[in-house]
Amino acid sequence: MEIFYGKAIFRGIAIGKILFNSKNKQQVRRTKIDDAEAEISRFEKAKEEASQELEVLYNKALKEVGESNAAIFEVHSMMLEDDDFNDAIIEKIKNQLVNAEYAVAKTGDGLADMFANMEDEYFRARAADMKDISERVISKLVGEDSSFQLKEPAIIVAKDLAPSETIQMDKSKLLAFVTELGSSSSHTAILARTMNLPALIGVKIDSGWNGKFAVVDGYNGKLVIEPDKDTLAKYKKIQQDDLEKRELLKELKGKETVTKGGKKIHLYANIGNPSDLSSVLENDAEGIGLFRSEFLYLDSDNFPTEEEQFNAYRKVAETMGSKKVIIRTLDIGADKQVGYFNLGHEDNPAMGYRAIRICLDQQDIFKTQLRALLRASAFGNISVMYPMIISVNEVMQIKEIVKNVMEELETEGIDFNKNIEQGIMIETPAAVIISDELAKEADFFSIGTNDLTQYTLAADRQNAKLENIIDTHHPAVLRSIKTVIENAHKAGIWAGICGELGADTSLTETFLSYGIDELSVSPTFVLPVRKVVRDTD
Amino acid sequence: MVNFNYVITDEIGIHARPAGLLAKEAKAVSSRVVIKANGKEADASKLMAVMGLGVKKGNEITVEVAGDDETEAAAKMEEFFKANL
Repeated sequence: MEIFYGKAIFRGIAIGKILFNSKNKQQVRRTKIDDAEAEISRFEKAKEEASQELEVLYNKALKEVGESNAAIFEVHSMMLEDDDFNDAIIEKIKNQLVNAEYAVAKTGDGLADMFANMEDEYFRARAADMKDISERVISKLVGEDSSFQLKEPAIIVAKDLAPSETIQMDKSKLLAFVTELGSSSSHTAILARTMNLPALIGVKIDSGWNGKFAVVDGYNGKLVIEPDKDTLAKYKKIQQDDLEKRELLKELKGKETVTKGGKKIHLYANIGNPSDLSSVLENDAEGIGLFRSEFLYLDSDNFPTEEEQFNAYRKVAETMGSKKVIIRTLDIGADKQVGYFNLGHEDNPAMGYRAIRICLDQQDIFKTQLRALLRASAFGNISVMYPMIISVNEVMQIKEIVKNVMEELETEGIDFNKNIEQGIMIETPAAVIISDELAKEADFFSIGTNDLTQYTLAADRQNAKLENIIDTHHPAVLRSIKTVIENAHKAGIWAGICGELGADTSLTETFLSYGIDELSVSPTFVLPVRKVVRDTD
Repeated sequence: MVNFNYVITDEIGIHARPAGLLAKEAKAVSSRVVIKANGKEADASKLMAVMGLGVKKGNEITVEVAGDDETEAAAKMEEFFKANL
């Protein structure tokens, strides 16, 4: 087993036999000709054939990889018609009395060099296009069929691949590409992504690999030649998981999260960092039900400034567009090591000076975050949520502070959403019991089942000894959830779950029967939950 | 001669595809259309030459149109740029 490294172009796994494609670059010899006119006619004829071939390729690409990727062939056609290209070739034939093959090769190389020396990567990649066109015309002149046919499924290994080569191959037999040259903006890379083919570039290739069994690991940029049993088994599993995920995606992406009976719920995702955004969108979440803001505080040596916070919240809001983004305010305690907070040691951090308690006690920290959140609310669909609530009094205090912050911003002439939705997390038994009162003061409830379970069962979820005691389906927890939802509805507000229990598909039907309005889960659980909802009566 | 300036807004600048379409447009009018950018110039009907200018987003170009249909042609060219680049 040998491993080689390269740059991954598309994240996926391919397993199969290698087929080494050595470019049959036409060996062009310079010969002297006598009849320039005849030679020019030869050239024109070959050019015409190449042009027609490009049209066929364009249509094939259009069908297989869509318009924007097929466009490259249109570009080739245009380049083929370019005056400078044609004039230069004809000039050479006339003035130097050389054969058309040579004239085309020299002209093509010259133009390719011009592109290769340009500053911009995009233009440098066009050098390959120029070579492709020249090769095509030359192969017509020589009368050879330069197309490369695949007889069985294979991983294509080559020094470089021209887009036309990739399009010409039988798509059903293409497993992956591995090339030595090329860039991530080259057409081959673009095609690989479009065709969902694992691909690697920048791998030092060896013609001796031809026929060998290999794995292309597009996740880690690895080419594994003749993998051993364990490695192969590992990759086969990843491939299987990938396949299942993709099937699910195809089936459920863009579909509504609605039961057969027509009950619709909002299905959102939980994230802890803006870098998770792509996962949110990939997995087709309808919004963000919990955006943990702690990363701003944890990743820093000092309190994040209003500007820093504002930029982060704004970015998320803008990326999500009209989709809801529920941002939870600071939820930190002594159990998280954040030195500059000076929280000191606590015997019982889970029940200590944390979250909203810190915010109400040190209001400048709270105000800074609120200012940033409100400012960002002008750029998208932001809602705010307060953690660890145990009393109506807390909520009233919060609302007073928010009111002051809003007045401040108004005086400063800063834009924000005056009607921003403000919800509270129900994660304490106290909040559950007085949820009827709390519902009158909040715009929504989001149930934090992890902490709720721990506090309700009086069992530390981090304690391994208690694993058998902590029953996440405990009737006390389920009844709490049911009560909270009922009380929310009585007051006319919506209720959702952002804790891990939301992703427990064995409980989805139960939650639906309680009247849950929203579930917010880890991005990878979005589609599985949607599937269960859609399969429920 | 009629000329106008234009600032490129396309992310990739004057790349192959619009350059090709530009060449077609330029060939369709009888006036001669010249693109001036970054201290260099190129005949708009010559795809490779235009690409060779390496015009990027944010670059300002000057388009010079000279010929018997120059006013009409210049208007067409300006429309083209606004729509494609």
